[in-house]
Amino acid sequence: MADAHPAGLAHHFESFEQQREASFFGMWVFLITEIMFFGGLFAAYVVYRSAHEEAFVLGSSLLDIRWGAFNTVVLIGSSLTMALSVWAARTSKRKLLVVFLLLTVLLGSIFLGVKAIEYSHKFHEHLVPGPSFAMDHFPADEAPYVQMFFNLYFMMTGLHALHMVIGIGLLLSLVVMAARGAFTPENHNLVEGVGLYWHFVDIVWIFLFPLLYLLGRSA
Amino acid sequence: MGDQMTTPAERKRLNYLNADYGVKSWLLATDHKRIALLYLLSITVFFFLGGLMAVGIRLELATPAGDLVQPDTYNRLFTMHGILMIFFFLIPSIPAVFGNFLIPLMIGAKDLAFPKINLASWYVYSIGGLFTLWSLIQGGVDTGWTFYTPFSTTYSNTYVIATALGIFIVGFSSIMTGLNFIVTIHRMRAPGLTWFRLPLFIWAHYATSLIQILGTPVLAITILLVGAERLFHIGIFDPAYGGDPVLFQHLFWFYSHPAVYIMILPSMGVISEIIAAFARKRIFGYKVVAFASVTIAVLGFLVWGHHMFVSSQSPFTGVVFSFLSMLVAIPSAVKVFNWTATLFEGSVSLDTPMLYALGFIGLFTIGGLTGIMLANLGIDIHVHDTYFVVAHFHYVMVGGAIMGYLGGLHYWWPKITGRLYPVFWSKLAALVVFVGFNLTFFPQFLLGYLGMPRRYYSYPEDFQVLNVMSSAGATVLGVGYLIPMIYLVWSMRYGKRAGANPWGAVGLEWETPSPPPTFNFDETPTVDHEAYEYTSPTETRVA
Amino acid sequence: MNLWPKRFPLFPETASRLAQDVDQLYFFALLVTAVFSLLIAALIFYFIIRFRRRSEDEVGQPERAGLWLEITWSVIPLVILLFMFGWGSKVFFDIRKPPRGAIEYYVTGKQWMWKFQHPEGPREINELHVPLGQDIKLIMTSEDVIHSFYVPALRAKMDVLPGRYTTFWFNAEKAGAYRLFCAEYCGAEHSYMRGSIIVMEPDDYEEWLATRGQTTAAAKTGADLFSAQTCDTCHRSDSAAQAPILHGLFGKEEQLADGSLVLVDENYLRESILNPAAKVVAGYNALMPTYQGRLSEEDLVGLILYIKSLGGPDSADASASNQATTQASSDREE
Ligand code: HEA
Ligand code: HEA
Ligand code: HEC
Ligand code: CUA
Ligand SMILES: [Cu+2]
Repeated sequence: MADAHPAGLAHHFESFEQQREASFFGMWVFLITEIMFFGGLFAAYVVYRSAHEEAFVLGSSLLDIRWGAFNTVVLIGSSLTMALSVWAARTSKRKLLVVFLLLTVLLGSIFLGVKAIEYSHKFHEHLVPGPSFAMDHFPADEAPYVQMFFNLYFMMTGLHALHMVIGIGLLLSLVVMAARGAFTPENHNLVEGVGLYWHFVDIVWIFLFPLLYLLGRSA
Repeated sequence: MGDQMTTPAERKRLNYLNADYGVKSWLLATDHKRIALLYLLSITVFFFLGGLMAVGIRLELATPAGDLVQPDTYNRLFTMHGILMIFFFLIPSIPAVFGNFLIPLMIGAKDLAFPKINLASWYVYSIGGLFTLWSLIQGGVDTGWTFYTPFSTTYSNTYVIATALGIFIVGFSSIMTGLNFIVTIHRMRAPGLTWFRLPLFIWAHYATSLIQILGTPVLAITILLVGAERLFHIGIFDPAYGGDPVLFQHLFWFYSHPAVYIMILPSMGVISEIIAAFARKRIFGYKVVAFASVTIAVLGFLVWGHHMFVSSQSPFTGVVFSFLSMLVAIPSAVKVFNWTATLFEGSVSLDTPMLYALGFIGLFTIGGLTGIMLANLGIDIHVHDTYFVVAHFHYVMVGGAIMGYLGGLHYWWPKITGRLYPVFWSKLAALVVFVGFNLTFFPQFLLGYLGMPRRYYSYPEDFQVLNVMSSAGATVLGVGYLIPMIYLVWSMRYGKRAGANPWGAVGLEWETPSPPPTFNFDETPTVDHEAYEYTSPTETRVA
Repeated sequence: MNLWPKRFPLFPETASRLAQDVDQLYFFALLVTAVFSLLIAALIFYFIIRFRRRSEDEVGQPERAGLWLEITWSVIPLVILLFMFGWGSKVFFDIRKPPRGAIEYYVTGKQWMWKFQHPEGPREINELHVPLGQDIKLIMTSEDVIHSFYVPALRAKMDVLPGRYTTFWFNAEKAGAYRLFCAEYCGAEHSYMRGSIIVMEPDDYEEWLATRGQTTAAAKTGADLFSAQTCDTCHRSDSAAQAPILHGLFGKEEQLADGSLVLVDENYLRESILNPAAKVVAGYNALMPTYQGRLSEEDLVGLILYIKSLGGPDSADASASNQATTQASSDREE
């Protein structure tokens, strides 16, 4: 029986449609777990922010809003190129697919580069949590909570960056496969799956940016 | 395991065990049935390791003085006992073994939706296990399985990070399993197999998977935060940075309370299958029981605060959590009543799996009702963190979940291996386990109400008599667990051959030969009837 | 005193009326547990005998309609549960909510001992002497990890946390020595973090206090600290220009700079000293320095006791006499 299966259809599926639905559905379920994963951090952030509002505003004023805004634009752009990649795969435009995927990789790397610049600034300013944290830059009774802000800042953006790195790895392997012509209009589930993942990572940033850089700042 | 199956009579029919030989064919297997066996082997190792720690605990507690081991050693014993038993045995147990083996069979599919992810989950599990074993060999960890901060982040100087990393990793195997099951149950059912024709085992696993995918990531991030705090002084829970140690408890129990339903729901699913098969009757109130599983899974996410009644959370929060905990008991109660009602006007036979199932009902009822006492604010303020709690959770986990696991093992063993095990020994073992269990853990209820705190390696002298009873019971229980080990292994070579359907049960898994062929069914079955349709004359036993 | 008698009890001793309340609730829950467990067991035994399989290919009878059954056996447990929930909550609030006028003791837990501070001054370790028949309130904190203050004879416990105060209260009705356990796992010697609560006839208690010799009341120590830590350079009793007057503060609703009101309790005082900027009093700037890291838990307790001894909103006499400590704080409770 298994021999009767067309190429690209795994042995345990009855049809391409079933295979496609399964992989889609699986991707969504996976993204739900990701939401819960980041959710724990967001919960901690909300709890502590409401307890130490001033310190958090102080902390957030030390982030460079220009870099943050620039990165937001970069990521939105990368979501666009990702969506275009999926479209190219669906309409079997192999060259365009490779181009759009590479563009997405490029934008993702720019984001990470900017993040690296920001991190290194924080290192120089001793704003990285730990023994060398610049406690004496702040009023003594706010300093611990400013540090808490940076605890959360590094955890949240760090985990987000880690997701970006994984995403870029996935994109690069897609590039290789696409160049070999591995995707057909019936079977490009991988592109769509990675696309969903990429959009998800962008959306996380869309939440992180206002939460970390903007909130309470105008005051 | 495979090469015992090569008698000429058997060779004419290829099955998943003899289709392929060699280590590689197992270690790279994507067949859900083989992966189930890999899991079976690994969790058994961890069960006996955890059991060994329990032996250490009970030996130390046989006398009031702390004389056998150092306090540090004792603290590592119960911590590793809890961690191994929960994360490496009970949580994967039924889902990863029977769920893996049976879900595709029961829904008439060739495999799970993502066979490679399934295999990966076993590797992830093993890596997590190796990490934990490594930290155990290094000296283990002494924080209790609950890792409460600030003790775990600042004060303990044991191998917290290695162990926590082990749990972090094993969590992903749990997520992968849950994800696979959900997609499989949604997308891979055989034609005609509608939701309300599914066996209750499937419903139970569906509910379990929901918890796995929603809860486990929260545990993952919580562990990550503990690790970051220990390693990099990113003090999210440290009061010195304005952190709140109680926030850790909230995050931990947000996963770990639902996790207790990861442990019990699959077991309940097994019980439904066994009761139906040995009463030859459809489970009473099928739909109610099916929905009860999902209700438990969902409500289970709203009650975590009942572990924290005296943690300094506000009394009003406590009241809310108490109330919700009471509500979550209703679907459990309904299940117990429905199983009992199924026996009414059934055709009841007391084969070994049925003995375990009936044991489950009795012990789970006691465990659950003592859970109600704990959920009661006025009582919990006294018995929180005493042996009353220890007794409660061993009743539900050992008396409940493991009874279900052993029941399932005896029910599907003929399907898995194609062999029958000796009836006398199996019934004797069930009896020994039941008696040993009650002797071990019933005295602990009394100890708890008397006020003996848990995690004590030395205790006032007047608690000794009850403790000795408990230790004696543990010995009996240990023997009870050893007996099945012996005859089940024995049966793989010498057991009588089981036919496709030794119990005369209905269900797709019984329609394919034992052991099943690699792709489960020669032809994808079509389903046109409800689950447990015992009204038509059943096939006679093929044994 | 024979504190750990050799015997074989099956039920704990009882030292207070609330403990008896807990017992009653427990007996009721036990009854429910027993009834339902036995009911299920009896039904199972009856069914497996009555409906045992009589021939190899016999099958069960089809299910009879059972909606009303499902409803019955959902509603009956629900009613029982709601009843037990209500009762349990009542007992819980009784135990958690200290009555007005309780005598206040301070408890500090640390790995692995209990330290007690009497309002009259004496300090004790692992033993707490208290008078019989009095409402006694413990204000507890930890120097390191989480501990839990547990007295089985009182059927009550409360976690003791670093960085905040939690409370525990009781009124012992029987003289005697009662076990005190640490119930929250706290490290190597957790099982030895035990002690005893010694309940004495009031006269004996007075006598006991006397034998403790010359001690300075905790509030007095606090008064010394108040000047030693130079608090009094800003907080003066005659002028509110620099910093708020602390007389009559405890127990009142303080207006904060952001417009909100907070109740001045121990946790507020603690925060005001350790982290003054968190809640700034209306009309003042956040000038006060933090004392984080400069005061031990005991120092803090002393300062708080001192500030409490300065009277509350409805105590006419706000002078800081030692005697007033207990008196004044009792008037303010809740
Ligand atoms: C398989 C695991 C499992 C299961 C299923 C349960 C089920 C329940 N548990 Fe348990 N529990 C644990 C594992 C489990 N628990 C563990 C591991 C701990 C300790 C963790 C630690 O601190 O280390 C714990 C601790 C724990 C506590 C905290 C105690 C403390 O630390 O002070 C509480 C408090 O509410 C509680 C409550 C409950 C309740 C209400 C249920 C309910 O779901 C039970 C519902 C079932 C029934 C009620 C029985 C069936 C009913 C009838 C037959 C009929 C009649 C009914 C009525 C009249 C009500 N559990
Ligand atoms: C699935 C979960 C699971 C299982 C199966 C068990 C099984 C057992 N547990 Fe455990 N237990 C926990 C989960 C579990 N436990 C958890 C979560 C805790 C809390 C930890 C914490 O506080 O952090 C705990 C804590 C705990 C304590 C409290 C320790 C303390 O607070 O100080 C005790 C004490 O008696 C105990 C005993 C036992 C015993 C006797 C068994 C028996 O059922 C074990 C029987 C098995 C064997 C005996 C091994 C197999 C047989 C042999 C190897 C043969 C040789 C042996 C003999 C002949 C004796 N357990
Ligand atoms: C440099 C001056 C200064 C010193 C020294 C000082 N305080 Fe204060 N304190 C203030 C000011 C100003 C406020 C009001 C603003 C605020 O709430 O932060 C205040 C507020 C308080 C409050 C809250 C009062 C209320 O009305 O709610 C308490 C309690 C307090 N201080 C206690 C202390 C103690 C105890 C010390 C010594 C250990 C101390 N202070 C030392 C200036 C000081
Ligand atoms: Cu202190 Cu346990
Ligand atoms: Cu729980």
